[in-house]
Amino acid sequence: MISNEVIRRLQSILPPHCLLLVREDLKPFESDGLTAFRNTPDVVALPETEEQVRQVLAACRETGTPVVFRGAGTGVSGGALPVDGAVLLAMTKFNRILHIDPASRTARVQPGVRNLAISEAAAAYGLYYAPDPSSQIACTIGGNVAENSGGVHCLKYGLTVHNVLSIRVLTIEGEELVIGSEAMDSPGYDLSALMIGSEGMLAVTLEITVKLLPKPERTQVVLAAFDDVEKGGAAVGAIISGGILPAGLEMMDKLAIEAAEAYAHAGYPLDAEAILLVEVDGTQEEVSEDVMRVREVLLASGATEVRTARDEAEQKKFWAGRKAAFPAVGRLAPDYYCMDGTIPRKALPAVLRRIAELSVEYALPVANVFHAGDGNLHPLILYDANQPNAWQKAERLGADILELCVEHGGTITGEHGVGVEKINQMCVQFGSDELQAFHGVKACFDSDGLLNPGKAVPTLHRCAEYGAMHVPGGKLPFPELPRF
Amino acid sequence: MQTNLSKSFRNSSDGQEADSILRACVHCGFCLATCPTYQILGDELDSPRGRIYLMKQMLEGAVVTQKTLKHLDRCLTCRNCETTCPSGVQYGKLIDIGRKFAEQNVSRPLGQKLQRKALAKFLPQTKLFGSTLKLGRMAKPFLPDSLANKIPSVNTVQSHLATKHSRKMIALAGCVQPALAPQINAAATRVMDAIGINLITASNAGCCGAVSFHLNFQEDGLDAMRRNIDAWWPHIEAGAEAIVMTASGCGATVKEYGHYLKNDPAYAEKAARVSALTRDLSEVLLQEEATLRIWLANRGPKDTRRVSFHSPCTLQHGQKITGVVEALLTVAGHTLLPVSETNLCCGSAGTYSLLEPEISTQLRDRKLGHLNQSEPEVIATANIGCLTHLQSGTSTSVRHWVELL
Repeated sequence: MISNEVIRRLQSILPPHCLLLVREDLKPFESDGLTAFRNTPDVVALPETEEQVRQVLAACRETGTPVVFRGAGTGVSGGALPVDGAVLLAMTKFNRILHIDPASRTARVQPGVRNLAISEAAAAYGLYYAPDPSSQIACTIGGNVAENSGGVHCLKYGLTVHNVLSIRVLTIEGEELVIGSEAMDSPGYDLSALMIGSEGMLAVTLEITVKLLPKPERTQVVLAAFDDVEKGGAAVGAIISGGILPAGLEMMDKLAIEAAEAYAHAGYPLDAEAILLVEVDGTQEEVSEDVMRVREVLLASGATEVRTARDEAEQKKFWAGRKAAFPAVGRLAPDYYCMDGTIPRKALPAVLRRIAELSVEYALPVANVFHAGDGNLHPLILYDANQPNAWQKAERLGADILELCVEHGGTITGEHGVGVEKINQMCVQFGSDELQAFHGVKACFDSDGLLNPGKAVPTLHRCAEYGAMHVPGGKLPFPELPRF
Repeated sequence: MQTNLSKSFRNSSDGQEADSILRACVHCGFCLATCPTYQILGDELDSPRGRIYLMKQMLEGAVVTQKTLKHLDRCLTCRNCETTCPSGVQYGKLIDIGRKFAEQNVSRPLGQKLQRKALAKFLPQTKLFGSTLKLGRMAKPFLPDSLANKIPSVNTVQSHLATKHSRKMIALAGCVQPALAPQINAAATRVMDAIGINLITASNAGCCGAVSFHLNFQEDGLDAMRRNIDAWWPHIEAGAEAIVMTASGCGATVKEYGHYLKNDPAYAEKAARVSALTRDLSEVLLQEEATLRIWLANRGPKDTRRVSFHSPCTLQHGQKITGVVEALLTVAGHTLLPVSETNLCCGSAGTYSLLEPEISTQLRDRKLGHLNQSEPEVIATANIGCLTHLQSGTSTSVRHWVELL
């Protein structure tokens, strides 16, 4: 529980409509996009000015109260899951685009601005913001910075970290820092890479300057159908090794196709076992040539059908289905658990085969959606949370899938962050020295551990406990640590 | 989403429906992006996902107070969230259930109660509304701007003698439209006559039921629906092809009569038939496009204008009709101007502009900013509510699109 003193201080900082204190108002904030983890916050602060944010953080620092930051609450790793005794600080009222500079191709925005709103505003100048997570319609740029979000186009244009020039942040110590600059490089250590993706563990973001790109002269989307998922996986490798760098290279399997089609009416072939969406962009000539080459590679890889979008409207439909694929799966089952692992591209066929086997073993359907081009998998485990133990089963299956990724030389997160969801798998990914180094970095910014405690980086004790329960391949992780 | 509705409620017809809608929601948050109140207020509780959660806990038996009621009241019921929702959550139906439940379990402040009751009982009475409007027009110079702006000036209607055709369709006069803008149905009658269809009006039909239903006088709303069905039935049996709506707000409601009256054994079947026969005027004209084109070609160009079109939420989200009116206006020779944020509500939303004036005015001005961006000669729309609301904030003429044909 949060102390009355903290509440009194918050009441003196924030007007009544910016401070939620009773259970009726608080419960809707109990989870972000990952609903399997829920915890009703003790208090929600919705500041409207930077001065209010500064004062809220000061009050928390002085009273030793933890703080969890929240954007639109679309994250799927539980990064914004409330923590007991903490203030949940939502930055959603900071939703203004402050300045667009078409000459230097930059936009300066507040953290609560929606990802897509930046591209919409920049469209008037023929510019756009490249990283486009599936939730881009709703997710905030501040949340993107916290999670280092990717998206369909990050294969060619990079993640958030590659598209943010500078951020202005406020630490729990009350220090305001500008990290990065509008120049390509800055002197000293590159702290942008540290801050972007730090999951609300180091500071709160107040302002972000992003890089805008000119819209390509032409884009074209090719859809290929396969009668076998593994053939689709092999085609991905063939495209990249053929020297083509598509703007987007996405794969969906049968279940995902069915759900996405029901929402978007994109004209996806419903009889296919898998489809690939390949977007190429550039000048007229480049695109014409790339489309020809992509078609050849796809047909040579055994595609049963290769279709080029007729016009811009059809291209948009092809992507609309893909971007809505996660929630559209809600049409097939009441709940889904979205995984986010990466693997080397060459391991795709083998990993897909094993996921299919695991799905049978656990008797839970798995719909697969991937950023195939960069080996980022999003298996969606379908379950019904109203059934007893269904979530526990789904969670175990998810853990098996992530560890399968690590076995194949991959990682446990591609773009969704660790949050609370994958904290145990961090123990599989990293050794104790590495984890200790992470804790050291955290202490430089937040020595009392007040920001988003219990997320992203596990304590060594937690890893030891997890290791005791779970011994992959007979090898005990962290053998040097005592067991509990 | 996991649900645990209270036992007593779960077994009711509303309970079963609410449970299946709630379970379709996966909490992805996409709806936040297109919710007008969330765009303005930035508070989860004023977003569809937040309201779904508020309703869920209420229906699960948690303590419910005026806080929940306030956030449900603030919803415009524009149903933009339904268009956005990838998992197909029927938010509009859920909030009907949620509002009914909240109204029964939370007591409103007396002032609110009286205001809502007055609107629910008064607006649907076409004659009474008409005479009050006349009084209002006389008193307009003495009224404060906020009220005076809402009173449109008198609209003259040119009488039109229609030819007798064998094809007949029923038109709904509506409740406030005959007094506020009689020229709309007159224009519809003229255009339909030109393409060989008589529009007939059933004398006993009146308000579609939306006004009282959405003010949570749901039984009054259902009675209005039953009365309209009774009024239309003889015409339907006599071979009327369709029931034509010139106000998209009424259209969205009448198209759901089948849903609203599904539990009324005496009316369920008739209501479903009425809903199936209901068409927005734009749908009818699209269907008769060939005849329409011949008429327009024979008639020759009429004063063509630069037009910004505002698609009402009840047209684009409620009835899922997009691009049709725009196409018809283009066929008639008008120039359609680009408008941004076309998906967002203008803030009218039935009685919302009277009950939540602050949010409503912000939305109206935001919408007018977009509509006036390219300096149109006329703003066209498809619903009487949007029309009067938008007109109250701009000197650009706001017209129903059929008046421009």
